[in-house]
Amino acid sequence: MTGPGASTTPAALPTRAEEPDGYGAVPLETVVAVARGRVRRTARRRVVLVVLALLVLAVFATSLVVGRTVYPPLDVLRVVLGEDVQGASFTVGRLRLPRAVLAVVVGLSFGLGGVTFQTMLRNPLASPDVIGISSGASAAAAFAIVVLGLSGPSVSLVAIVAALAVALLVYGLAFRGGVAGTRLILVGIGIAAMLESVTAYVLSRAAEWDLQEAVRWLAGSLNGTDWSEVLPATAALVVCGAVLLSRTRALGALQLGDDTAAALGVRVEPTRILLIVAAVGLIAFATAAAGPIAFVAFLAGPIAARVVGTNGSLLLPAGLVGALLVLVADLCGQFLLGTRYPVGVVTGVLGAPYLIYLIVRTNRAGGSL
Amino acid sequence: MTSTATRTAPAPAADVDPVRRPRRRRALWALAVVVVLAGLVLLSVAVGSRVVGLSDVLAGLQGSTSTIGEAAVAQRVPRTLLAVAVGGALGLSGAVMQGVTRNPLADPGILGVNTGASLAVVTAVATVGLSTATGYIWAAIAGAAVTAVFVYAVGSLGRGGATPLKLALAGAATSAALSSFITAVVLPRNDIAGGLRSWQIGGVGGASYESTAQVLPFLLCGVVISLLSARRLNSLALGDDVAAGLGERVAVARAVAALGAVLLCGAATAVAGPIGFVGLVVPHLCRLLVGPDHRWLLPFSTLTGACLLLAADVLGRVVARPTEVDVGIITALVGAPFFIAIVRRRTVRAL
Repeated sequence: MTGPGASTTPAALPTRAEEPDGYGAVPLETVVAVARGRVRRTARRRVVLVVLALLVLAVFATSLVVGRTVYPPLDVLRVVLGEDVQGASFTVGRLRLPRAVLAVVVGLSFGLGGVTFQTMLRNPLASPDVIGISSGASAAAAFAIVVLGLSGPSVSLVAIVAALAVALLVYGLAFRGGVAGTRLILVGIGIAAMLESVTAYVLSRAAEWDLQEAVRWLAGSLNGTDWSEVLPATAALVVCGAVLLSRTRALGALQLGDDTAAALGVRVEPTRILLIVAAVGLIAFATAAAGPIAFVAFLAGPIAARVVGTNGSLLLPAGLVGALLVLVADLCGQFLLGTRYPVGVVTGVLGAPYLIYLIVRTNRAGGSL
Repeated sequence: MTSTATRTAPAPAADVDPVRRPRRRRALWALAVVVVLAGLVLLSVAVGSRVVGLSDVLAGLQGSTSTIGEAAVAQRVPRTLLAVAVGGALGLSGAVMQGVTRNPLADPGILGVNTGASLAVVTAVATVGLSTATGYIWAAIAGAAVTAVFVYAVGSLGRGGATPLKLALAGAATSAALSSFITAVVLPRNDIAGGLRSWQIGGVGGASYESTAQVLPFLLCGVVISLLSARRLNSLALGDDVAAGLGERVAVARAVAALGAVLLCGAATAVAGPIGFVGLVVPHLCRLLVGPDHRWLLPFSTLTGACLLLAADVLGRVVARPTEVDVGIITALVGAPFFIAIVRRRTVRAL
């Protein structure tokens, strides 16, 4: 165990006793403690991931079983496995299953996309739904549906092009020899304000009977989901999610700052562009499928950080937390609250106080503002 | 000795003093703004999604509604009045808020005050069935006041007090939070959703003489309080310590001026819906014209705010003929780039 101090005095072979201030000599106990801590944190991370995955599975199963009619779990299982069961096949197979699958898919997408932005920009407020990227996707999707009369995959395409353009615009406008977090967030808020007024205008042009549907979609809703909406979002999740997870290490390096990341062997600009495109793709496809479900992208990262601790990447935990949030909020919105609320209203009302709390905590700590 | 010297300084010096804007130039600007306002009022009556001839305009102004054109003109008169009142209120409110918080990003929309007013109105309509115009106004003012206090409290936590960026962020976050509450309140109520939705975008299209008359006392009250605060705001601009040294009771001065601003934007929101960015853009423009002295800035902001909202309303009527674009949409599209430009400046200085 010769530390870095050893190389500076090559003439006299240093022993631990000769080190003047113990610089470079790490006592064995410290090494053991650090290693033990790492093992403990890794173990905790594993436990948390497994628990989260089990919770997602449990709520997913619940949302298939519970509803206006409660089917026996065995029937539900048989429907999921493709058997034909009287009654349950329609309700569970055609109504509940696509809805629950879409909830998981968009939850994962929002969680992954949101935490990528938050990590890369080192600020929990820099989530796509705060800095206007979701607003861009919604405005484009509303325009595509109401004005252009499109539907299905072409709406997703318009949404992702617009969301990428907005991301580029926000980044470009906030860039002044480096991107400061607060400036980027406020620029994004300004862009979001413009895009929301565009959405408001488009919707005010919609016919009355479109309007109610458009408003529900804008709030973020899983109502009336069928498989044709689930497929593009799932495909996007598989492709973009794989890209993000394969760049976990690079994302962690970028979090340390561009120079450090470059020193660690990360090609900073190409990696960042790849990460942004993948994250925006997730957000845009999920938004096109279910509307901008409020605050899921914003909440998933910080909640994941709370439960996992600061060990390793937050990508996977944030994705799971996102899926859990959407599933639970959709269940609450459907059955717990008297009137049927779309899922986005529930997450919005839950997320709003947390957003305020985050601002209060950042200000108290004298954060980077 | 020195004091005598200053006192006997030659009078023309006041006109060329680079720090104090020459009075004559200010007066010229004032005249120019009044002329522009008058021109916009005429334009607003004459131009709309329906093209009318000069004879229709003249007849409509005299109250005749015998042709469709005359009726359209007669409709535009209360609308124009309301746009002037609301625009002036929002411009003045923004100027006062920027003075009170010494924050170049302050605006009833950005600080979330308009959203607070909307939430209060929407909640009152949905829960206790509020339907009178005066009820709307009181609810909006109460909501605006609570939100303003809340945002200021959140924004001024921590080191450095209420810095411009912190305050803007607290306002935007509060606004986003309150918006999701508004959705939660409105969405299950199909019966009231239609009316509230068009109100929520922010527009002066549904103006009538009655609604304008009902809101006018509140607006006048706000204008008087705000304009009387001009001298206090000048002291506050020097910083709290200096202001206190000059004998100003800082907290009282802030509270009184803020009350004026809240009255103005609350009442304006109640009658026209939340209209953003007017209060942000106008004071900045006026500061370029007449300098930072609030005794000039506040009246100027009132006039310029009225001009801006009228211009936005007229623009909204002609860009998408035969339909109309609500004025709240136009002001957001015009004002947000302005907001971004201020944010992009290297440092956002306190006023």
